[in-house]
Amino acid sequence: MAELTYRDAVARGIAQEMARDPDVVFLGEDVAKAGGVFKATVGLYEQFGPLRVRDTPISEQAILGAAMGAAMTGLKPIAEIMFSDFFAVCFDYIANEVPKSRYMTNGQTKCPLVVRTGNGAGSRFGAQHSQSVENWCMMIPGLKVVAPSSPVDVIGLLAAAVRDPDPVIFLEHKSLYGTKGEVPDGEILDKLGTAKILRPGKDATIIALALMVPRALQAAERLAIEHGIDCEVIDVRSLIPLDTQTILGSVAKTHHCFSVEENPRLCGWGAEIMSIIADEAFYDLDGPLVRITTPHIPLPAADILEDAILPTVDRIVDRVRRTLKA
Amino acid sequence: MSKKPTSAAALNDDIGEETRLELYRSQVNIREAEQRAFDLFLQNLVKGTSHLSLGQEAVAAGFAVAMKKGDLSFCTYRGHAHTLARGVPVEKVLGELMQRDNGLMRGKGGSMHLTSEEHGVMGSYAIIGAHLPIACGAAWRAQYKGHSDVTTCFFGDGTTNIGAFHEALNFAAVWKLPVIFVCENNLYMEYTPISEVTAVEHPAADRASAYGLERIVIDGNDADVVYRTAMKAYEKARAGGGPSLIECMTYRHSGHSRADPAKYRPEGELERWKERDPIKIYRERLKQFGIGDDAVAKIDADIKRIVDEATEACKASPNPPMDILTTDVYADGGWAWRN
Ligand SMILES: Cc1ncc(C[n+]2csc(CCOP(=O)(O)OP(=O)(O)O)c2C)c(N)n1
Ligand SMILES: [Mg+2]
Repeated sequence: MAELTYRDAVARGIAQEMARDPDVVFLGEDVAKAGGVFKATVGLYEQFGPLRVRDTPISEQAILGAAMGAAMTGLKPIAEIMFSDFFAVCFDYIANEVPKSRYMTNGQTKCPLVVRTGNGAGSRFGAQHSQSVENWCMMIPGLKVVAPSSPVDVIGLLAAAVRDPDPVIFLEHKSLYGTKGEVPDGEILDKLGTAKILRPGKDATIIALALMVPRALQAAERLAIEHGIDCEVIDVRSLIPLDTQTILGSVAKTHHCFSVEENPRLCGWGAEIMSIIADEAFYDLDGPLVRITTPHIPLPAADILEDAILPTVDRIVDRVRRTLKA
Repeated sequence: MSKKPTSAAALNDDIGEETRLELYRSQVNIREAEQRAFDLFLQNLVKGTSHLSLGQEAVAAGFAVAMKKGDLSFCTYRGHAHTLARGVPVEKVLGELMQRDNGLMRGKGGSMHLTSEEHGVMGSYAIIGAHLPIACGAAWRAQYKGHSDVTTCFFGDGTTNIGAFHEALNFAAVWKLPVIFVCENNLYMEYTPISEVTAVEHPAADRASAYGLERIVIDGNDADVVYRTAMKAYEKARAGGGPSLIECMTYRHSGHSRADPAKYRPEGELERWKERDPIKIYRERLKQFGIGDDAVAKIDADIKRIVDEATEACKASPNPPMDILTTDVYADGGWAWRN
């Protein structure tokens, strides 16, 4: 057992998989000699050498295209897109090429790759370097989409993503890179498509992802202490595959559900889950399904503005309390 | 455009009879299958869209014959020719165009996505430029694994104006990848003359120097010229010499896609290019090298029979069954995204 940062967990996860399988290769901008702009891949170039850990030009299409061609022909590439906002300049690969090739070719083409990216707000970088784009990815048939919230999950889910035969979008939250957590020694391998109940509770279910997970947990503590409301907090972790059973099981017990989403409101990931609950667990509910999201605006840069716009602990506490006391 | 060879004496016989017959057969196979695809379209039996390579057969044949088994190729929606040239049966291609169950992908891909990995046909791509970076990745795998195969990537003149072309060329050059980029310059991007929308005369070759590559423009209607150029590029790539960019001058005899009557072409242009029909050129070539009419007639008859039989098989094939609708979305064979 050791305490590790989320940032160091990324490098440990990649190293674990590269050491296990010589077909795992890693490419991206400034990822090799410089160790990544977020310093999440420090040491990999030194450990695995220039053939397996490769710096690329500023060519997001070439990065994802090359990863796809390599995956189709036998390698297991991990590609880094520095900021998830840059998915917009290589979205053809994310939306058209990588996820659809297997279906279009009637199963001939395989595409086992991982696209890692720095996602989310909190760095005060403004509207084009701060977005939460998990909903851009979740809507595409053929992709898997994962967003870990803790160092141990980073390693376990990254390992699962690399070993998965399907393309996986791996969303690392930039504001979590500095956070720490206990990580066991030795190999860590988790399972995609599994949500985790991080705090059991009986009065309401709060589902959250990535940076919103620690906020949901803090809110749950305050709701318990200050308002006597006992919330169950679920870290969704994997949007595709989606562990609906864990969520539906929780709602059957608590009869209330809140989502805490960093993505902008329209078509956010919570909307899909809430619609599933409405369809399949309507008669379990004792109140409205409530989504707590970033509003439908571009993200501002200034710290006080950015802080005001993402779901905060205060906002979560307030919405849950008002809904349950109504 | 390079000069048209005029006499047997002006040619050397480095290619040989066996390969020449292979080049001829491949071109006739494409011609007959494409012509049949057009006829079937007129009979309302080819559904969706389709993009023919009538007039461009020499490029596909010249490269495919120069490839070795295990070499990989990537092409565009105008890819029936490149798929056939690698040995994919006519029936499989026509079946996909007719969206029948006997098609290459059982109707799940359609004419723009012909793929046959067992033949090294790694897909046909319908988003302009998308496959150039993907071809880089396939070549990177060969380089990384120490495999000797070379990847070829075919695309049109219009494709040289999209970003992915430039990203891929730079990437391949910097990483010294064993990949051959082949631009089929048929003078048009869809309905617009390429010269009206491109800053240089030769859209691919005139950009080669930007990536440290040799400027290569060849007569894409002469299969011998294409074959020789291809052989040289493969040799270089296999020796670790990195990528090549080859611009082949050619012309499509039909419209851009099946819906296009190609009214935008200046008068006489099509007729002038038909004088330089690759199959006509090649029949003369075979004659120059003393290859008998009977060998040619036998190939012609053979191909006609194959295309006829394929047509009948496709007409007799059922539509795809509903149970393939949700297969192969994910690697487990299904489409489940939740529990
Ligand atoms: C990104 C993108 N933009 C536009 C199109 C529509 N489109 C299909 S084919 C084509 C022309 C391509 O011309 P060229 O590269 O010369 O190939 P050719 O059709 O002549 O073989 C266009 C514009 C597309 N498929 N993808
Ligand atoms: Mg063209």
